[in-house]
Amino acid sequence: MTSTDMARTSAVPQSPSAPARPASSANAFVGAGNKEKISVRGLKFYYGDSLALKGVDLPIYERKVTAFIGPSGCGKSTLLRVLNRMYDLYPKQRAEGQALLDGVDILSPKLDLNLLRSRVGMVFQKPTPFPMSIYDNIAFGVRLYETISKSELDGRVEAALRRAALWNEVKDKLDASGLSLSGGQQQRLCIARSIAVRPEVILLDEPCSALDPISTAKIEELIDELKADYTIAIVTHNMQQASRTSEYTAFMYLGELIEFGETQQIFMSPHDRRTQDYITGRFG
Amino acid sequence: MTDAPFETAASFAGLDAARAGRLRSFRIRDGLFRNLTLASALLVLAILGGVILALIIGSSLAFETFGFGFFVTESWNPVTEKFGALSPIYGTLVTSLIAMLIAVPVGLGIAIFLTELCPPVFRRPIGVAIELLAGIPSIIYGIWGLFVFAPMLQSTVQPFLIGTFGHVPVLSTLFAGPPYGIGILTAGLILAIMVLPFVTSISRDVFETVPVVLKEAAYGVGCTRWEVVRRIVIPYTRVGVVGGVMLGLGRALGETMAVTFVIGNAHRISGSVLAPGTTISASIANEFTEAVGDLYTSSLIALGLILFIITFFVLAIARLMLMRLESRAGA
Amino acid sequence: MSLMEPHAHSADHPLYRRRRRKSAIMMTLSLAAALFGIAWLVAILATLLFKGVGGLSLAAFTENTPPPGSEGGLLNAIVGSLIMTAIGVAIGTPVGILAGTYMAEYGKHNRLSTVVRFINDILLSAPSIVVGLFVYEVVVVKMGHFSGIAGALALAIIVVPVVVRTTEDMLNLVPHQLREAASALGLPRSTVIQRIAYKAAQAGIITGVLLAIARVSGETAPLLFTALNNQFWSSNLNAPMASLPVVIFQFALSPYTDWQQLAWTGALIVTFAVLALSIAARILAARSGK
Repeated sequence: MTSTDMARTSAVPQSPSAPARPASSANAFVGAGNKEKISVRGLKFYYGDSLALKGVDLPIYERKVTAFIGPSGCGKSTLLRVLNRMYDLYPKQRAEGQALLDGVDILSPKLDLNLLRSRVGMVFQKPTPFPMSIYDNIAFGVRLYETISKSELDGRVEAALRRAALWNEVKDKLDASGLSLSGGQQQRLCIARSIAVRPEVILLDEPCSALDPISTAKIEELIDELKADYTIAIVTHNMQQASRTSEYTAFMYLGELIEFGETQQIFMSPHDRRTQDYITGRFG
Repeated sequence: MTDAPFETAASFAGLDAARAGRLRSFRIRDGLFRNLTLASALLVLAILGGVILALIIGSSLAFETFGFGFFVTESWNPVTEKFGALSPIYGTLVTSLIAMLIAVPVGLGIAIFLTELCPPVFRRPIGVAIELLAGIPSIIYGIWGLFVFAPMLQSTVQPFLIGTFGHVPVLSTLFAGPPYGIGILTAGLILAIMVLPFVTSISRDVFETVPVVLKEAAYGVGCTRWEVVRRIVIPYTRVGVVGGVMLGLGRALGETMAVTFVIGNAHRISGSVLAPGTTISASIANEFTEAVGDLYTSSLIALGLILFIITFFVLAIARLMLMRLESRAGA
Repeated sequence: MSLMEPHAHSADHPLYRRRRRKSAIMMTLSLAAALFGIAWLVAILATLLFKGVGGLSLAAFTENTPPPGSEGGLLNAIVGSLIMTAIGVAIGTPVGILAGTYMAEYGKHNRLSTVVRFINDILLSAPSIVVGLFVYEVVVVKMGHFSGIAGALALAIIVVPVVVRTTEDMLNLVPHQLREAASALGLPRSTVIQRIAYKAAQAGIITGVLLAIARVSGETAPLLFTALNNQFWSSNLNAPMASLPVVIFQFALSPYTDWQQLAWTGALIVTFAVLALSIAARILAARSGK
């Protein structure tokens, strides 16, 4: 937290009563000193004809956790799915504007999606182990990109499982099906699977909403450890979770970014009335 | 096309050569696989196109020779090479009509029994038995029809029909003797047994799409079982039931082996359903390998084309109706 | 059954009594329909057993089809059926799986898939004798003679729509989160399909293939003028080939009692092979459904 505090200069957009695009103007000073891993600029998103993101600007800082909060349908998951072009799997969805990953436009039609996705990993709301063994769940992605020896691969699998705090629970049954694990373990397996292909960014789309409190706590601990090496963006419905895990928080509402700032500021002294209403539970 | 995106990919910092190579091979594999699946999908269309085209080419000689007369001529004479499709078309339609007259009410009855009346313990076994009946090859129905069913009809049902209706106007023609055993009626009855499982299993599936709340609501206001079926289930599923019936009809029209055994293969139109006749598929099955001369072969292929067109439309209507029900159930 | 229905307070009302009576009659009729339907299944299977078991000797499986008036077996017909079914399935299955993959994975909502789905559903119930005519025109006429390969191709055309249908249905049942998760790792689309989606849909697709085998192993009409028949042992795909259904057809319609007996025996073998395959497919589908 200290480094963020030091980086903090000011977090005051011009005026709470001018909600049009407070975030873009905030970019200049919120989190200055951190490197922008991803820069989202003027991002619009369409599901068919309906506009789901109405021009969003925001930075995602390197090796920080950025939380996205907001009521259902506000576009926070949509935003996340733009960052690894997951929407490309569906024909009628499209994005406009810019989203730069290290300065390269993610939205470019020429971009190699497999490369993008190997760099920007994603973990979903429901655990999605593949129908194969625990070992293969992790080795699968690695083998596809790298030609490495069996012992090296074993090491990678173990490292990923250790990193996801799952190793001790599964080391004796690596050949068991990934589906045989509990929900919380499955989710950690999915995180391990993402880590194993060595991404730079990890997108977490409500990773704990299907889990019990103990598993949730474990995942949150894990997020805290992972941010040393990865840039993390997490969508969550749970405001405690956002405040516990993130350095930056973006509040979205009806397809717009209402407010972006340091998590502490968003939760302690939001500038926008709607943010305040949301975090105090007055709507949503 | 393949190079341009690669440049963009390379513009990401820190892209090592190995990974770049992998990505390139991914793109090639993706493209290949996608095109392979696309080609296979197109092949399905090509099969249909090929079938139609082959039949049109094969039948052109017959249509050129006989013109429209082919459809309305009863005579089928390989010696004089005079061929007309009327009696096979008639036989196909009449046997299918008889089959549907029996299979539809019985099939619906079984479906109602299975969805509304049957104790849950028996529901699955009976349903499975009906579906297995649908899987039995048609030649089995044929051999059974020839050796068991036709003699049985000959000695019981047919004399009874002749005796009972022999003096009733119209019916006396319809059931004019002698009892051959084989003939149009026997073929129709065998077809009925064959399409029964299709009609049953589709109707049952369709009946099961009725939301349980709807039925419960009807029972809740005091409807009897029959009233629920008549007023709720059938109106709700009408489109699907008609689709299922049409699907069964499509089967009946095109069915070959079961009919070939018991139809008698006579190219004439008789007023009596007890008389032997022929259907399109039975004529082809019986005569094709023995057909001598191009015109004979071509005439048989022309019969095939007519059959294919009739069943195509029947099946198309069936599918459209079932699709309508599906889209409603999905909505 | 309907006697047990509630609302006793109005049970004596004449209108209600009439309604109940009508319901009871209709329900009895539906019960009768069910019994009627099952009776046929029992009748057919009983006849098959009764007439077929007598001929079920070792000779049926070890000797070739005999000339009229002498004894023999069905060996060449069984082998011919196995060969042509195997080749037909080997050709039809990949085509069917790939076409089904296109519709479920790549062209889920596009017009081509809609058209292919519609046409495929029609081919699924199209008269199989027409397939025989098609292969006759395209293969037999070009080759100049009947052949086992022509028969196998005709069967392949019948396999395709069955496999297309089940593959598409089964792939549609694979949760799309699984595909997203695999794509999110940077796996190429083809790998996601081949390694993840196929694996998840495996049991269902195998069920479809089993059903397709069941379907073609009893098919007679498409073989009549493609593979024709062969009185003798032959595994030459370039020559006419015997098959169980065609032998049944020919022998059953013959005047010789030996041949008729063999026809019944063949019918028994075919029926039980088909039933065994259908039941196996069903068990597999039920198990994977859990």
